[in-house]
Amino acid sequence: MLQSRFKMPSREELKKRMDNIPDNIMKECPVCHSTFFSMRAGKQRTCPNCGFGFRITAKRRAKITFDSFEELDSDVTVPKQYTDEKYMAKVAKAKKVTGIKESVLTGIGTLAKMKVAVGIMDPFFVMGSLGSATGEKIVRLFERATRDQLPVVMFTASGGARMQEGINSLMQMAKVSQAVEAHSKAGLFYLVVLCDPTTGGVTASFAMQGDIILAESHALVGFAGRRVIEQTIMKQPPKDFQRAETVIQHGFIDAIVPRSDMKKTLTNLLSLHTKENANGE
Amino acid sequence: MANKTAYERVTAARSPKKMTTDELISGLISNFFELHGDRSDGDDQAVIGGVGRLNDQPITVVGIRKGTDTEENIKRHFGSPEPEGYRKALRLMKQAEKFHRPILALVNTPGAWPDVDAEYHGIGSAIAQCLQVGMQLRVPYISIIVGEGGSGGAIALACGDRVFMFEDSIYSVLSPEGYASIMWKDSAKVKEAAEALKLTPEWLLKTGIIDQIIHEYHSGDDLEPLRDFLANQFNELKNLPVDELMRQRHNRYRKF
Repeated sequence: MLQSRFKMPSREELKKRMDNIPDNIMKECPVCHSTFFSMRAGKQRTCPNCGFGFRITAKRRAKITFDSFEELDSDVTVPKQYTDEKYMAKVAKAKKVTGIKESVLTGIGTLAKMKVAVGIMDPFFVMGSLGSATGEKIVRLFERATRDQLPVVMFTASGGARMQEGINSLMQMAKVSQAVEAHSKAGLFYLVVLCDPTTGGVTASFAMQGDIILAESHALVGFAGRRVIEQTIMKQPPKDFQRAETVIQHGFIDAIVPRSDMKKTLTNLLSLHTKENANGE
Repeated sequence: MANKTAYERVTAARSPKKMTTDELISGLISNFFELHGDRSDGDDQAVIGGVGRLNDQPITVVGIRKGTDTEENIKRHFGSPEPEGYRKALRLMKQAEKFHRPILALVNTPGAWPDVDAEYHGIGSAIAQCLQVGMQLRVPYISIIVGEGGSGGAIALACGDRVFMFEDSIYSVLSPEGYASIMWKDSAKVKEAAEALKLTPEWLLKTGIIDQIIHEYHSGDDLEPLRDFLANQFNELKNLPVDELMRQRHNRYRKF
Protein backbone atom coordinates (compact mmCIF):
# COMPACT_ATOMS: atom_id res chain seq x y z
CA MET A 1 0.00 0.00 0.00
CA LEU A 2 2.81 2.34 0.93
CA GLN A 3 4.37 1.71 -2.41
CA SER A 4 1.36 2.99 -4.21
CA ARG A 5 1.47 6.23 -2.25
CA PHE A 6 5.22 6.90 -2.61
CA LYS A 7 5.98 5.93 -6.11
CA MET A 8 9.61 6.21 -7.03
CA PRO A 9 9.94 8.39 -10.14
CA SER A 10 11.66 6.87 -13.09
CA ARG A 11 15.34 7.43 -13.69
CA GLU A 12 14.57 9.72 -16.63
CA GLU A 13 12.12 11.70 -14.59
CA LEU A 14 14.71 12.14 -11.82
CA LYS A 15 17.29 13.33 -14.29
CA LYS A 16 14.85 15.82 -15.73
CA ARG A 17 14.09 17.15 -12.27
CA MET A 18 17.80 17.44 -11.47
CA ASP A 19 18.32 19.46 -14.62
CA ASN A 20 15.70 21.89 -13.43
CA ILE A 21 17.60 22.66 -10.24
CA PRO A 22 19.60 25.83 -10.84
CA ASP A 23 23.37 25.67 -10.39
CA ASN A 24 24.92 27.17 -7.26
CA ILE A 25 21.78 26.68 -5.23
CA MET A 26 23.94 25.19 -2.48
CA LYS A 27 27.24 26.63 -1.35
CA GLU A 28 30.11 25.15 0.60
CA CYS A 29 32.18 27.30 2.92
CA PRO A 30 35.87 26.84 2.08
CA VAL A 31 36.79 27.46 5.71
CA CYS A 32 34.37 25.45 7.86
CA HIS A 33 33.08 23.22 5.03
CA SER A 34 29.47 23.52 6.06
CA THR A 35 26.97 23.33 3.21
CA PHE A 36 23.99 25.64 3.03
CA PHE A 37 21.50 27.19 0.64
CA SER A 38 23.28 29.99 -1.19
CA MET A 39 20.52 32.41 -0.31
CA ARG A 40 21.42 32.09 3.35
CA ALA A 41 24.74 33.83 2.61
CA GLY A 42 22.60 36.93 2.26
CA LYS A 43 23.45 40.28 0.74
CA GLN A 44 26.72 40.32 2.65
CA ARG A 45 27.79 36.95 1.22
CA THR A 46 28.97 35.41 4.46
CA CYS A 47 28.95 31.85 5.76
CA PRO A 48 25.95 31.43 8.12
CA ASN A 49 27.99 28.96 10.16
CA CYS A 50 31.43 30.53 10.68
CA GLY A 51 31.01 34.08 9.38
CA PHE A 52 33.64 33.75 6.66
CA GLY A 53 33.20 36.49 4.08
CA PHE A 54 33.09 35.05 0.59
CA ARG A 55 35.03 36.78 -2.12
CA ILE A 56 32.86 39.50 -3.61
CA THR A 57 33.29 42.00 -6.40
CA ALA A 58 34.49 45.46 -5.55
CA LYS A 59 31.22 46.95 -6.77
CA ARG A 60 29.18 44.79 -4.40
CA ARG A 61 31.45 45.67 -1.52
CA ALA A 62 31.08 49.38 -2.19
CA LYS A 63 27.32 48.94 -2.18
CA ILE A 64 27.06 46.97 1.07
CA THR A 65 29.63 49.05 2.96
CA PHE A 66 29.05 52.71 2.17
CA ASP A 67 26.01 54.99 2.29
CA SER A 68 27.05 56.50 -1.00
CA PHE A 69 29.90 55.88 -3.39
CA GLU A 70 31.16 57.93 -6.29
CA GLU A 71 33.70 56.25 -8.53
CA LEU A 72 36.98 57.92 -9.54
CA ASP A 73 39.28 57.20 -12.48
CA SER A 74 36.87 54.63 -13.85
CA ASP A 75 38.58 54.69 -17.25
CA VAL A 76 42.08 53.88 -16.05
CA THR A 77 42.90 50.43 -17.38
CA VAL A 78 45.75 48.13 -18.43
CA PRO A 79 48.27 50.19 -20.47
CA LYS A 80 48.35 49.64 -24.23
CA GLN A 81 51.95 48.43 -24.19
CA TYR A 82 50.74 45.01 -23.08
CA THR A 83 49.55 43.05 -26.06
CA ASP A 84 49.93 39.39 -25.08
CA GLU A 85 46.82 37.65 -26.34
CA LYS A 86 46.27 35.39 -23.35
CA TYR A 87 46.69 38.28 -20.97
CA MET A 88 44.32 40.48 -22.95
CA ALA A 89 41.72 37.73 -22.97
CA LYS A 90 42.01 37.46 -19.18
CA VAL A 91 41.60 41.21 -18.80
CA ALA A 92 38.59 41.29 -21.13
CA LYS A 93 36.90 38.53 -19.15
CA ALA A 94 37.73 40.22 -15.86
CA LYS A 95 36.16 43.47 -17.02
CA LYS A 96 32.97 41.65 -17.90
CA VAL A 97 32.75 39.78 -14.59
CA THR A 98 33.60 42.72 -12.35
CA GLY A 99 32.20 45.70 -14.22
CA ILE A 100 35.41 47.66 -13.60
CA LYS A 101 38.48 48.23 -15.75
CA GLU A 102 41.27 47.43 -13.30
CA SER A 103 41.68 45.29 -10.20
CA VAL A 104 40.84 48.12 -7.85
CA LEU A 105 37.73 50.25 -7.58
CA THR A 106 38.46 53.71 -6.22
CA GLY A 107 36.15 56.51 -5.25
CA ILE A 108 34.79 58.80 -2.61
CA GLY A 109 32.37 57.19 -0.21
CA THR A 110 30.35 58.40 2.71
CA LEU A 111 29.63 56.76 6.05
CA ALA A 112 27.34 58.56 8.50
CA LYS A 113 27.96 61.74 6.45
CA MET A 114 31.73 61.40 6.79
CA LYS A 115 33.60 61.63 3.50
CA VAL A 116 36.26 59.03 2.92
CA ALA A 117 38.56 58.05 0.04
CA VAL A 118 37.90 54.40 -0.70
CA GLY A 119 39.90 51.72 -2.50
CA ILE A 120 38.45 48.25 -2.97
CA MET A 121 40.44 45.51 -4.66
CA ASP A 122 38.51 43.01 -6.72
CA PRO A 123 39.62 39.37 -6.33
CA PHE A 124 37.82 38.50 -9.56
CA PHE A 125 39.93 40.84 -11.67
CA VAL A 126 43.00 38.74 -12.64
CA MET A 127 43.17 37.55 -9.01
CA GLY A 128 43.16 41.13 -7.77
CA SER A 129 46.76 41.33 -8.91
CA LEU A 130 48.76 44.54 -8.75
CA GLY A 131 48.99 45.87 -12.30
CA SER A 132 50.52 49.21 -13.30
CA ALA A 133 47.07 50.74 -13.62
CA THR A 134 46.04 49.29 -10.24
CA GLY A 135 48.99 51.11 -8.69
CA GLU A 136 48.15 54.26 -10.63
CA LYS A 137 44.55 54.28 -9.40
CA ILE A 138 45.62 53.74 -5.80
CA VAL A 139 48.26 56.47 -5.99
CA ARG A 140 45.75 58.92 -7.48
CA LEU A 141 43.35 58.05 -4.66
CA PHE A 142 45.98 58.77 -2.01
CA GLU A 143 47.00 62.00 -3.78
CA ARG A 144 43.40 63.12 -3.90
CA ALA A 145 42.92 62.20 -0.22
CA THR A 146 46.05 64.10 0.75
CA ARG A 147 44.92 67.15 -1.22
CA ASP A 148 41.37 67.06 0.17
CA GLN A 149 42.39 66.06 3.71
CA LEU A 150 40.44 62.82 3.61
CA PRO A 151 41.03 59.53 5.40
CA VAL A 152 41.60 56.46 3.22
CA VAL A 153 39.91 53.09 3.68
CA MET A 154 41.47 50.33 1.59
CA PHE A 155 40.05 46.84 1.21
CA THR A 156 42.82 44.53 -0.01
CA ALA A 157 42.21 41.28 -1.90
CA SER A 158 45.03 40.20 -4.13
CA GLY A 159 47.14 37.34 -5.36
CA GLY A 160 50.09 39.75 -5.36
CA ALA A 161 52.16 41.13 -8.21
CA ARG A 162 50.78 40.84 -11.75
CA MET A 163 53.19 38.48 -13.47
CA GLN A 164 52.11 39.56 -16.95
CA GLU A 165 53.35 43.09 -16.30
CA GLY A 166 56.69 41.95 -14.94
CA ILE A 167 58.96 44.45 -13.25
CA ASN A 168 56.46 47.30 -13.70
CA SER A 169 54.17 45.47 -11.33
CA LEU A 170 56.98 45.29 -8.77
CA MET A 171 57.56 49.04 -9.12
CA GLN A 172 53.97 49.69 -8.04
CA MET A 173 54.90 48.56 -4.54
CA ALA A 174 57.36 51.46 -4.33
CA LYS A 175 55.09 53.92 -6.10
CA VAL A 176 52.11 53.25 -3.82
CA SER A 177 54.28 53.18 -0.69
CA GLN A 178 55.43 56.74 -1.22
CA ALA A 179 51.87 57.94 -1.77
CA VAL A 180 50.83 56.23 1.49
CA GLU A 181 53.70 57.88 3.31
CA ALA A 182 52.89 61.35 1.93
CA HIS A 183 49.29 60.89 3.11
CA SER A 184 50.51 59.75 6.50
CA LYS A 185 52.92 62.68 6.86
CA ALA A 186 49.98 65.01 6.26
CA GLY A 187 48.54 63.62 9.51
CA LEU A 188 45.76 61.75 7.78
CA PHE A 189 44.20 58.44 8.74
CA TYR A 190 44.73 55.26 6.69
CA LEU A 191 42.69 52.18 7.52
CA VAL A 192 43.24 48.81 5.87
CA VAL A 193 40.78 45.93 5.76
CA LEU A 194 42.51 42.71 4.78
CA CYS A 195 40.09 40.56 2.82
CA ASP A 196 40.41 37.03 1.51
CA PRO A 197 43.01 36.62 0.02
CA THR A 198 45.71 39.25 0.67
CA THR A 199 49.11 37.98 -0.40
CA GLY A 200 52.44 38.70 -2.08
CA GLY A 201 53.41 42.20 -3.12
CA VAL A 202 50.22 43.74 -1.76
CA THR A 203 50.90 42.29 1.71
CA ALA A 204 54.48 43.51 1.36
CA SER A 205 53.38 47.07 0.70
CA PHE A 206 50.18 49.06 1.26
CA ALA A 207 48.23 46.25 3.00
CA MET A 208 50.67 46.41 5.91
CA GLN A 209 51.08 50.19 6.02
CA GLY A 210 47.78 51.19 7.61
CA ASP A 211 47.51 53.15 10.87
CA ILE A 212 44.91 50.55 11.74
CA ILE A 213 44.81 47.15 10.06
CA LEU A 214 41.59 45.13 10.28
CA ALA A 215 40.88 41.76 8.72
CA GLU A 216 37.70 39.99 7.75
CA SER A 217 37.03 36.72 9.57
CA HIS A 218 39.19 33.82 8.36
CA ALA A 219 40.75 35.85 5.54
CA LEU A 220 43.93 34.38 4.10
CA VAL A 221 46.75 36.82 4.80
CA GLY A 222 50.37 36.10 3.92
CA PHE A 223 53.35 36.91 1.78
CA ALA A 224 54.72 33.73 0.20
CA GLY A 225 52.41 31.21 -1.41
CA ARG A 226 51.68 27.98 0.40
CA ARG A 227 53.18 25.85 -2.37
CA VAL A 228 56.42 27.83 -2.47
CA ILE A 229 56.82 27.45 1.29
CA GLU A 230 56.05 23.75 1.05
CA GLN A 231 58.77 23.31 -1.55
CA THR A 232 61.25 25.25 0.55
CA ILE A 233 60.75 23.56 3.91
CA MET A 234 59.90 20.16 2.35
CA LYS A 235 56.90 19.66 4.57
CA GLN A 236 53.30 20.78 4.92
CA PRO A 237 52.93 24.14 6.66
CA PRO A 238 50.36 24.16 9.51
CA LYS A 239 46.80 24.25 8.21
CA ASP A 240 45.81 27.78 9.19
CA PHE A 241 49.20 29.44 9.34
CA GLN A 242 48.11 32.26 7.04
CA ARG A 243 44.59 32.83 8.39
CA ALA A 244 43.76 36.20 9.91
CA GLU A 245 43.17 34.45 13.26
CA THR A 246 46.80 33.23 13.22
CA VAL A 247 48.28 36.47 11.90
CA ILE A 248 46.59 38.50 14.66
CA GLN A 249 48.27 36.29 17.27
CA HIS A 250 51.62 37.28 15.84
CA GLY A 251 50.79 40.95 16.16
CA PHE A 252 50.23 42.13 12.61
CA ILE A 253 46.49 42.82 12.69
CA ASP A 254 44.63 45.17 15.04
CA ALA A 255 41.28 43.39 15.00
CA ILE A 256 39.25 40.82 13.14
CA VAL A 257 35.88 42.18 12.12
CA PRO A 258 33.13 40.04 10.61
CA ARG A 259 31.67 41.55 7.46
CA SER A 260 28.32 42.07 9.16
CA ASP A 261 29.97 44.48 11.64
CA MET A 262 32.19 46.22 9.11
CA LYS A 263 30.05 49.26 8.43
CA LYS A 264 29.53 49.95 12.12
CA THR A 265 33.21 49.45 12.90
CA LEU A 266 34.42 51.69 10.08
CA THR A 267 31.98 54.40 11.10
CA ASN A 268 33.24 54.30 14.66
CA LEU A 269 36.93 54.32 13.76
CA LEU A 270 36.52 57.06 11.17
CA SER A 271 34.63 59.26 13.59
CA LEU A 272 37.44 58.83 16.13
CA HIS A 273 39.87 60.20 13.56
CA THR A 274 38.00 63.23 12.28
CA LYS A 275 39.63 66.63 12.57
CA GLU A 276 37.03 67.77 15.09
CA ASN A 277 38.18 65.04 17.43
CA ALA A 278 41.87 65.82 17.08
CA ASN A 279 43.34 67.52 20.15
CA GLY A 280 44.76 70.96 19.74
CA GLU A 281 42.90 71.88 16.56
CA MET B 1 78.23 41.02 -22.90
CA ALA B 2 75.19 42.24 -24.77
CA ASN B 3 75.02 39.05 -26.81
CA LYS B 4 74.32 36.86 -23.81
CA THR B 5 70.82 35.42 -23.87
CA ALA B 6 68.52 36.22 -20.98
CA TYR B 7 69.02 32.74 -19.57
CA GLU B 8 72.80 32.96 -19.84
CA ARG B 9 72.50 36.15 -17.85
CA VAL B 10 70.50 34.30 -15.19
CA THR B 11 73.22 31.67 -14.92
CA ALA B 12 75.95 34.31 -14.77
CA ALA B 13 74.06 36.26 -12.09
CA ARG B 14 73.87 33.11 -9.97
CA SER B 15 77.41 31.94 -10.60
CA PRO B 16 79.32 31.10 -7.43
CA LYS B 17 82.27 32.92 -9.01
CA LYS B 18 80.49 36.24 -8.71
CA MET B 19 81.99 38.80 -6.42
CA THR B 20 80.27 38.47 -3.05
CA THR B 21 78.58 41.24 -1.12
CA ASP B 22 81.26 40.92 1.58
CA GLU B 23 84.08 41.27 -0.96
CA LEU B 24 82.43 44.34 -2.43
CA ILE B 25 82.10 45.92 0.97
CA SER B 26 85.71 45.27 1.87
CA GLY B 27 86.88 46.57 -1.51
CA LEU B 28 84.75 49.70 -1.45
CA ILE B 29 84.55 50.70 2.18
CA SER B 30 87.46 51.50 4.45
CA ASN B 31 87.25 51.03 8.21
CA PHE B 32 84.05 49.03 7.78
CA PHE B 33 82.49 48.17 11.13
CA GLU B 34 79.69 45.63 11.09
CA LEU B 35 76.59 46.29 13.17
CA HIS B 36 74.39 43.37 14.15
CA GLY B 37 70.76 42.75 14.96
CA ASP B 38 67.32 44.27 14.51
CA ARG B 39 66.93 45.24 18.21
CA SER B 40 63.84 43.13 18.40
CA ASP B 41 64.15 39.48 17.42
CA GLY B 42 67.48 38.49 16.04
CA ASP B 43 70.40 38.95 13.71
CA ASP B 44 69.71 37.62 10.24
CA GLN B 45 72.89 36.37 8.62
CA ALA B 46 71.54 36.98 5.12
CA VAL B 47 71.78 40.72 5.70
CA ILE B 48 75.04 42.46 6.53
CA GLY B 49 75.06 46.05 7.69
CA GLY B 50 77.49 48.52 9.10
CA VAL B 51 79.31 51.83 8.90
CA GLY B 52 82.55 52.87 7.26
CA ARG B 53 83.99 55.29 4.79
CA LEU B 54 83.66 55.57 1.04
CA ASN B 55 86.64 57.69 -0.10
CA ASP B 56 86.74 59.31 3.33
CA GLN B 57 83.01 60.04 3.48
CA PRO B 58 81.13 58.30 6.31
CA ILE B 59 78.53 55.93 4.90
CA THR B 60 76.04 53.27 6.00
CA VAL B 61 76.08 50.03 4.04
CA VAL B 62 73.41 47.33 4.05
CA GLY B 63 73.66 44.27 1.87
CA ILE B 64 71.88 41.02 1.15
CA ARG B 65 74.43 38.26 0.76
CA LYS B 66 74.67 34.66 -0.30
CA GLY B 67 77.15 32.28 1.29
CA THR B 68 80.39 31.02 -0.20
CA ASP B 69 79.99 27.43 0.99
CA THR B 70 77.16 25.14 2.04
CA GLU B 71 77.43 25.95 5.71
CA GLU B 72 77.24 29.69 5.07
CA ASN B 73 74.47 29.25 2.56
CA ILE B 74 72.37 27.35 5.07
CA LYS B 75 72.88 30.08 7.65
CA ARG B 76 72.03 32.76 5.09
CA HIS B 77 69.24 30.83 3.39
CA PHE B 78 71.05 31.22 0.08
CA GLY B 79 70.70 34.96 0.28
CA SER B 80 67.04 35.07 1.28
CA PRO B 81 66.48 37.41 4.21
CA GLU B 82 64.04 36.79 7.02
CA PRO B 83 61.94 39.64 8.47
CA GLU B 84 64.69 40.24 11.04
CA GLY B 85 67.09 40.98 8.18
CA TYR B 86 64.87 43.65 6.66
CA ARG B 87 64.28 45.17 10.10
CA LYS B 88 68.03 45.26 10.70
CA ALA B 89 68.52 47.03 7.38
CA LEU B 90 65.77 49.50 8.19
CA ARG B 91 67.18 50.18 11.65
CA LEU B 92 70.56 50.99 10.16
CA MET B 93 69.06 53.15 7.43
CA LYS B 94 67.14 55.21 9.99
CA GLN B 95 70.34 55.55 11.96
CA ALA B 96 72.05 56.79 8.79
CA GLU B 97 69.38 59.45 8.40
CA LYS B 98 69.88 60.61 11.96
CA PHE B 99 73.61 61.12 11.37
CA HIS B 100 73.20 62.45 7.82
CA ARG B 101 75.12 59.56 6.32
CA PRO B 102 74.34 58.40 2.77
CA ILE B 103 73.19 54.82 2.30
CA LEU B 104 74.54 52.17 -0.05
CA ALA B 105 72.40 49.04 -0.44
CA LEU B 106 73.84 45.97 -2.14
CA VAL B 107 71.28 43.45 -3.30
CA ASN B 108 71.91 39.82 -4.17
CA THR B 109 68.84 37.75 -3.37
CA PRO B 110 66.50 35.34 -5.13
CA GLY B 111 63.76 36.76 -2.86
CA ALA B 112 62.70 36.87 0.77
CA TRP B 113 62.92 33.56 2.65
CA PRO B 114 59.64 31.71 2.18
CA ASP B 115 59.00 29.68 5.31
CA VAL B 116 56.49 29.46 8.12
CA ASP B 117 58.50 31.41 10.68
CA ALA B 118 59.12 34.21 8.22
CA GLU B 119 55.34 34.46 7.81
CA TYR B 120 54.80 34.39 11.58
CA HIS B 121 57.38 37.14 12.05
CA GLY B 122 55.71 39.32 9.44
CA ILE B 123 57.86 39.16 6.32
CA GLY B 124 55.25 41.15 4.40
CA SER B 125 55.12 43.82 7.05
CA ALA B 126 58.93 44.04 7.25
CA ILE B 127 59.27 44.63 3.50
CA ALA B 128 56.38 47.10 3.58
CA GLN B 129 58.20 49.12 6.27
CA CYS B 130 61.43 49.10 4.25
CA LEU B 131 59.51 50.57 1.34
CA GLN B 132 57.45 53.11 3.25
CA VAL B 133 60.16 54.38 5.57
CA GLY B 134 63.14 53.67 3.30
CA MET B 135 61.79 55.75 0.45
CA GLN B 136 61.37 58.81 2.68
CA LEU B 137 64.86 58.84 4.19
CA ARG B 138 66.24 62.33 3.84
CA VAL B 139 69.74 61.20 2.85
CA PRO B 140 71.16 60.03 -0.49
CA TYR B 141 70.32 56.36 -1.03
CA ILE B 142 71.85 54.26 -3.82
CA SER B 143 71.12 50.60 -4.53
CA ILE B 144 73.15 48.16 -6.60
CA ILE B 145 71.77 44.86 -7.85
CA VAL B 146 74.91 42.77 -7.64
CA GLY B 147 73.63 39.38 -8.80
CA GLU B 148 70.02 38.35 -8.37
CA GLY B 149 67.30 40.88 -7.65
CA GLY B 150 64.25 38.77 -6.98
CA SER B 151 60.81 40.12 -6.24
CA GLY B 152 59.66 42.05 -3.16
CA GLY B 153 62.67 40.85 -1.25
CA ALA B 154 64.89 42.84 -3.62
CA ILE B 155 62.89 46.04 -4.09
CA ALA B 156 62.74 46.39 -0.30
CA LEU B 157 66.35 47.59 -0.53
CA ALA B 158 66.28 48.90 -4.09
CA CYS B 159 64.05 51.95 -3.82
CA GLY B 160 66.59 54.71 -3.50
CA ASP B 161 67.58 57.73 -5.58
CA ARG B 162 69.61 55.70 -8.03
CA VAL B 163 69.54 52.01 -8.84
CA PHE B 164 72.46 50.39 -10.65
CA MET B 165 73.01 46.86 -11.88
CA PHE B 166 76.13 44.85 -12.51
CA GLU B 167 76.52 43.53 -16.07
CA ASP B 168 75.91 39.98 -14.94
CA SER B 169 72.83 40.57 -12.85
CA ILE B 170 69.08 40.17 -13.15
CA TYR B 171 66.11 41.97 -11.63
CA SER B 172 62.57 40.65 -11.92
CA VAL B 173 59.16 40.41 -10.33
CA LEU B 174 59.74 36.69 -9.70
CA SER B 175 62.42 34.09 -10.39
CA PRO B 176 62.26 32.60 -13.92
CA GLU B 177 61.48 29.22 -12.32
CA GLY B 178 58.58 30.68 -10.37
CA TYR B 179 57.31 32.54 -13.42
CA ALA B 180 57.39 29.39 -15.57
CA SER B 181 55.54 27.44 -12.93
CA ILE B 182 52.85 30.11 -12.46
CA MET B 183 52.36 31.07 -16.09
CA TRP B 184 52.79 27.75 -17.84
CA LYS B 185 52.60 25.28 -14.93
CA ASP B 186 55.94 23.97 -16.16
CA SER B 187 59.01 24.96 -14.19
CA ALA B 188 61.24 23.49 -16.90
CA LYS B 189 60.52 26.40 -19.24
CA VAL B 190 63.07 28.55 -17.45
CA LYS B 191 64.70 29.83 -20.63
CA GLU B 192 61.43 31.08 -22.07
CA ALA B 193 60.57 32.61 -18.70
CA ALA B 194 63.88 34.45 -18.56
CA GLU B 195 63.13 35.97 -21.97
CA ALA B 196 59.56 36.86 -21.09
CA LEU B 197 60.54 38.52 -17.81
CA LYS B 198 62.90 40.97 -19.55
CA LEU B 199 65.19 40.78 -16.56
CA THR B 200 68.49 41.88 -18.15
CA PRO B 201 70.25 45.11 -17.17
CA GLU B 202 70.12 46.35 -20.80
CA TRP B 203 66.36 46.10 -20.96
CA LEU B 204 65.82 47.55 -17.51
CA LEU B 205 68.08 50.48 -18.38
CA LYS B 206 66.12 51.13 -21.54
CA THR B 207 62.85 51.23 -19.63
CA GLY B 208 64.21 53.47 -16.88
CA ILE B 209 63.87 50.94 -14.07
CA ILE B 210 67.60 51.33 -13.42
CA ASP B 211 69.91 54.28 -14.03
CA GLN B 212 73.16 52.72 -15.16
CA ILE B 213 74.92 49.41 -15.75
CA ILE B 214 78.10 48.81 -13.81
CA HIS B 215 81.00 47.01 -15.44
CA GLU B 216 81.35 43.51 -13.98
CA TYR B 217 84.07 43.17 -11.36
CA HIS B 218 85.63 39.87 -10.34
CA SER B 219 87.21 38.65 -7.14
CA GLY B 220 90.58 40.29 -6.68
CA ASP B 221 89.86 43.24 -9.03
CA ASP B 222 90.78 46.69 -7.90
CA LEU B 223 87.51 48.43 -7.07
CA GLU B 224 88.92 51.93 -7.23
CA PRO B 225 86.98 52.94 -10.38
CA LEU B 226 83.72 51.76 -8.82
CA ARG B 227 84.59 53.50 -5.57
CA ASP B 228 85.19 56.77 -7.39
CA PHE B 229 82.07 56.36 -9.47
CA LEU B 230 79.92 55.83 -6.37
CA ALA B 231 81.58 58.68 -4.50
CA ASN B 232 80.75 60.96 -7.44
CA GLN B 233 77.16 59.79 -7.52
CA PHE B 234 76.76 60.37 -3.80
CA ASN B 235 78.33 63.81 -4.14
CA GLU B 236 75.88 64.77 -6.86
CA LEU B 237 72.99 63.73 -4.64
CA LYS B 238 74.46 65.36 -1.56
CA ASN B 239 74.74 68.67 -3.37
CA LEU B 240 70.99 68.76 -3.91
CA PRO B 241 68.89 70.54 -1.28
CA VAL B 242 67.11 67.79 0.69
CA ASP B 243 63.68 68.81 -0.57
CA GLU B 244 64.92 68.60 -4.15
CA LEU B 245 66.42 65.16 -3.42
CA MET B 246 63.06 64.03 -2.09
CA ARG B 247 61.22 65.52 -5.06
CA GLN B 248 63.47 63.75 -7.54
CA ARG B 249 63.12 60.44 -5.73
CA HIS B 250 59.37 60.84 -5.69
CA ASN B 251 59.29 61.53 -9.42
CA ARG B 252 61.57 58.60 -10.13
CA TYR B 253 58.99 56.16 -8.79
CA ARG B 254 55.82 58.11 -9.56
CA LYS B 255 56.34 57.61 -13.30
CA PHE B 256 56.09 53.79 -13.19
